[in-house]
Amino acid sequence: MVTLDAKIPDGPVQDKWDNHKFSVKLVNPANKRKFDVIVVGTGLAGASAAASLAELGYNVKVFTFHDSPRRAHSIAAQGGINGAKNYRNDGDSVYRLFYDTVKGGDYRSREANVYRLAQVSVDIIDQCAAQGVPFAREYGGLLANRSFGGAQVSRTFYARGQTGQQLLLGAYQALAGQIAAGKVTLYNRSDVLDIVTKDGAARGIVVRDMLTGQVHAHSAHAVVLATGGYGNVYYLSTNAMASNVTAAWRAHRKGALFANPCYSQIHPTCIPASDEFQSKLTLMSESLRNDGRIWVPRDHDETRAVADIPEDDRYYYLEEKYPAFGNLVPRDVASRNAKTVVDEGRGVGPLKNGVYLDFAAAIARDGEQAVRERYGNLFQMYERITGEDPYSVPMRIYPAIHYTMGGLWVDYNLMTTVPGLYALGEANFSDHGANRLGASALMQGLADGYFVLPYTIGDYLAPKLGEAALSTDDPAFTDAIQAVDNRTRRWTSKKGGTHGVEYYHRELGKIVWEYCGMARNEAGLEKALSEIPALREEFRKNVKVLGTPDGINTMLEKVNRVDDFMEFAELKARDALHRAESCGGHFREESQTEEGEALRDDEHFAYVGAWEWNGDDQAQTLHKEALNFENVALTQRSYK
Amino acid sequence: MSKTLNLKLKIWRQSGPHAQGAFLEVDANDIPEDASFLEMLDIVNERLIADDVEPITFGHDCREGICGTCGVMINGQAHGPEKATTTCQLHMRKFNDGDQIVVEPWKATSFPVLKDLMVDRRAFDRIVEAGGYISAPTGTAPDANEIPIPKEVADSSMDAAACIGCGACVAACPNSAAQLFTSAKLHHLNVLPQGQPERWRRTEAMVETMEDFFGSCTNHGECHEACPKEISLDFIAFMNRDYVRAKITNRSLASQ
Amino acid sequence: MAQTIADHSVPTVRKRAPQLPWPLNLYQTAIGKKYAMALTGIGLLGFVVVHMIGNLHLYEGPTEVHEYAEALRDLGGHLVPRTGVLWVLRLGLIAMFATHIHAAYSLSRMSHKADKSYVGKRDFVAANFASRTMRWTGPIVLLYVLFHLADLTWGWLNDDWYAGDPYNNVYVSLSALPIAIIYIVANVALAVHIFHGAWSMFQTLGINNPKYNGMRKGFARGIAGLILIGNLSFPLAVQGGLIDIDNHTPGSYAIDTEENG
Repeated sequence: MVTLDAKIPDGPVQDKWDNHKFSVKLVNPANKRKFDVIVVGTGLAGASAAASLAELGYNVKVFTFHDSPRRAHSIAAQGGINGAKNYRNDGDSVYRLFYDTVKGGDYRSREANVYRLAQVSVDIIDQCAAQGVPFAREYGGLLANRSFGGAQVSRTFYARGQTGQQLLLGAYQALAGQIAAGKVTLYNRSDVLDIVTKDGAARGIVVRDMLTGQVHAHSAHAVVLATGGYGNVYYLSTNAMASNVTAAWRAHRKGALFANPCYSQIHPTCIPASDEFQSKLTLMSESLRNDGRIWVPRDHDETRAVADIPEDDRYYYLEEKYPAFGNLVPRDVASRNAKTVVDEGRGVGPLKNGVYLDFAAAIARDGEQAVRERYGNLFQMYERITGEDPYSVPMRIYPAIHYTMGGLWVDYNLMTTVPGLYALGEANFSDHGANRLGASALMQGLADGYFVLPYTIGDYLAPKLGEAALSTDDPAFTDAIQAVDNRTRRWTSKKGGTHGVEYYHRELGKIVWEYCGMARNEAGLEKALSEIPALREEFRKNVKVLGTPDGINTMLEKVNRVDDFMEFAELKARDALHRAESCGGHFREESQTEEGEALRDDEHFAYVGAWEWNGDDQAQTLHKEALNFENVALTQRSYK
Repeated sequence: MSKTLNLKLKIWRQSGPHAQGAFLEVDANDIPEDASFLEMLDIVNERLIADDVEPITFGHDCREGICGTCGVMINGQAHGPEKATTTCQLHMRKFNDGDQIVVEPWKATSFPVLKDLMVDRRAFDRIVEAGGYISAPTGTAPDANEIPIPKEVADSSMDAAACIGCGACVAACPNSAAQLFTSAKLHHLNVLPQGQPERWRRTEAMVETMEDFFGSCTNHGECHEACPKEISLDFIAFMNRDYVRAKITNRSLASQ
Repeated sequence: MAQTIADHSVPTVRKRAPQLPWPLNLYQTAIGKKYAMALTGIGLLGFVVVHMIGNLHLYEGPTEVHEYAEALRDLGGHLVPRTGVLWVLRLGLIAMFATHIHAAYSLSRMSHKADKSYVGKRDFVAANFASRTMRWTGPIVLLYVLFHLADLTWGWLNDDWYAGDPYNNVYVSLSALPIAIIYIVANVALAVHIFHGAWSMFQTLGINNPKYNGMRKGFARGIAGLILIGNLSFPLAVQGGLIDIDNHTPGSYAIDTEENG
């Protein structure tokens, strides 16, 4: 029986991390080389953790399915990274960042974790600047900041629209230095397909070499998963094509509890799908909403050209419903309202699947040149993708899945319920609650990797001094290798089949988006819970995988991932069904205010919902970690 | 539904690094104009799968032009005809109905073809590992504002750091030289104050590692034209200057 | 095993040789060789310009050409043996030429090893005719220099050649149409070679300033054009009758080959 012990240190929230750093066990510098650590994933969290652990002296093996660590999807983050530096003298502080993050997460995150995140945010900026991340600067040579995602202070650091790229390159370069120093061994094009445990603790991983198809095992004293989020369960998302839940899901099946899988964040300003073959959605910076006006035609059957639709026939639904915030309402509110008007049949574009984001007023007010200076590169990107000129025709936008707040349950040390197995970055559930603030994903990934795990991992390792890592000849490993090999070979040995894996992924995405997307209700979730297992069964029976398992086989790589998504989707729907309240990115239609706002139910749901795997065809067990708020008072949001 | 195109494709197929490759000629009909180039390949692949033919393997991931995974030669141009655009961001509306499109993988001795259109670009990682970093172990950093950096310098560094490491520069170069990639990484770090202590070591090591894998620059400028991030040729000049200075400075540093 | 850092299976194009002492170690690298090419290129370009300007004496007449040739032999005045300075210059020129060719040859070998050609047609965007033909215009210029020496310095090709009478020799040589055509073709190749080289050397030497970069191509165009016009004018002038030997006795300025050196 699992008991959830978050191991939150005692003391006031401001002192918890300092107290904890003092109380954790340390590994002597000369002894660190006696420990092997496996890091899976080379995004911000994985690369920063691997580099930092290697700098401390640990032997690190790092795994990525990409050709190079630099390709991880952290690279696509545009906006920026928060840091409570208060360089702008505008009243920011660690406490304010902490407060904003807890509130932004709709009071579904752990206070202690969030406070620590805000504390180390300051060090992250220093670390990245020292690594040569070319942050935007003022003419005086000091760092520039901007206000992001509706924050009342300017605490976001950025490198043009490519902050994620620059931070990842910083971490990748630090990793490269450690690879050259021989402290890190890099395994690229390596797909991690299982986590190996023995006596309840993590011992290593099973990996498929994507070039040769060979399945083999790696052993270590601890395993760190930094494998990102599960947004691709929706098929269409802003995630990269290969982003997947596999490592986290396999860990879940080996005993790691999966927390809050129903939480996913929708980004309101993405480019709508243009046809059924659309493979992914592209996000455009939210800053567009500062000057763009969002509207749809009032008439469902509008046929006139945009320019011919008079003002009175345009429905500026955000401005009408939320006069105070207008087009700048939070992400989830903007997203849900877009869904509402599109569902009503007012959608625009050839597939009637978007809403207008119109810059005509801004161009008339400030001139085209001013708009070009502010958004030139975004307009260019939009035109490249859609072939339409946003200076003359309004942009079409629609919300898309962008980030997932749920993930493997971890304690204050970032360790999952499997001893020796850690989860970092988007792969864990810890810091964002039910909704993530803008520019906080990069901050959390780097906080976990640079400044949290390197301290907390010693607490687990120190008592293990003198123990060798489990031999890969141990039956725990050989059995796991055999199981992975069998599972992989099953797909290709099966003859016939009706559709490729892409088809089933798309079908799964439709179900999850429809019933567990921007708005959820009991009937829909029940429907999803009956449709997902049926689809999974059909998929397992009829999916067509060509080629051999002994070499590069992109269909085979994908089929394993989709197989895990098929199981994960069910848990996600189950979690969404059980959480009968609305909070953050989880909107239950049954739980809303009279104005249609998300209505939390703190009395019954102020907890982390963590699910325990009980075996195939067995329902998972729900465990609850109660959330106690000692510093932040729970309030209801209102944007009227 | 958007307009559609009928295309004649010639796509390179090769089963492994040492296998003989050949063009597969295939008609791609009813391709939506709004599809990206990779979505066009997705459609072709779905049809191949329906016919029990193994799909074409190609590298891709973010599909928004930043991860650098994708990239093929399209009608003899790296990333295709559109300027400053990765293959994933190239859209089919840039082609005409009835066009023949020839698709080949990057080709260079140090970019061996792994399968079909997918190549091995680890040589780039080796160049970065040779010195493409600033040694600042976690925890050692001074306050981020302690070292002011003139805006012009930060901007110039960022211009170079925008490189996505896709390899188009090597693919487009008639000499398979990697000068643009290497010089961009060097410039990113070498102009920053934080990059000064290791500047000369870094320059010497990275250039010489680059020369282990790639050809010699003859200043054609094809790399810049192919680059989806429009990295400037000026960085190559900067690298050339820094390299000779590095050879001199490292000699005098060694005698200190 | 997975491919790892320890796995050196990324094909390389060279084996690193042990480092020679400084500054020879510079020449061991491609960038060092490019430097050598750029520096020798500047020297050779200087020679071509001076040579072309000197040849303009042809328009003045045989006497002036003779005086010019004598002046070259007398460089350094009485401080050095006659033709001493000229020989130093000649040897320098030969060394630069040899370095330029050796570097070009080894760099193109290196690039050849690194490059795998495409099966489909390439569509070049920036590479122009000049840059892509350096490896053809280079050898053409080399062959032309050898021909030029055999024709006018050693007099192997012409019975009417007189040592020490360049005016006559040039006239005799260029008045034959096939020879004139060879000179024209070769000088076009030289100008094309110089056009890319003169731009390229700034880039190679790292002489780069966004303010002046626009002028680099202009400089290359100007100098290549100047040399093209100047050098083409001689065969055309001979063929067109502008340069003739009506007032000159062939061999009248001839000197002993010994003294000619």
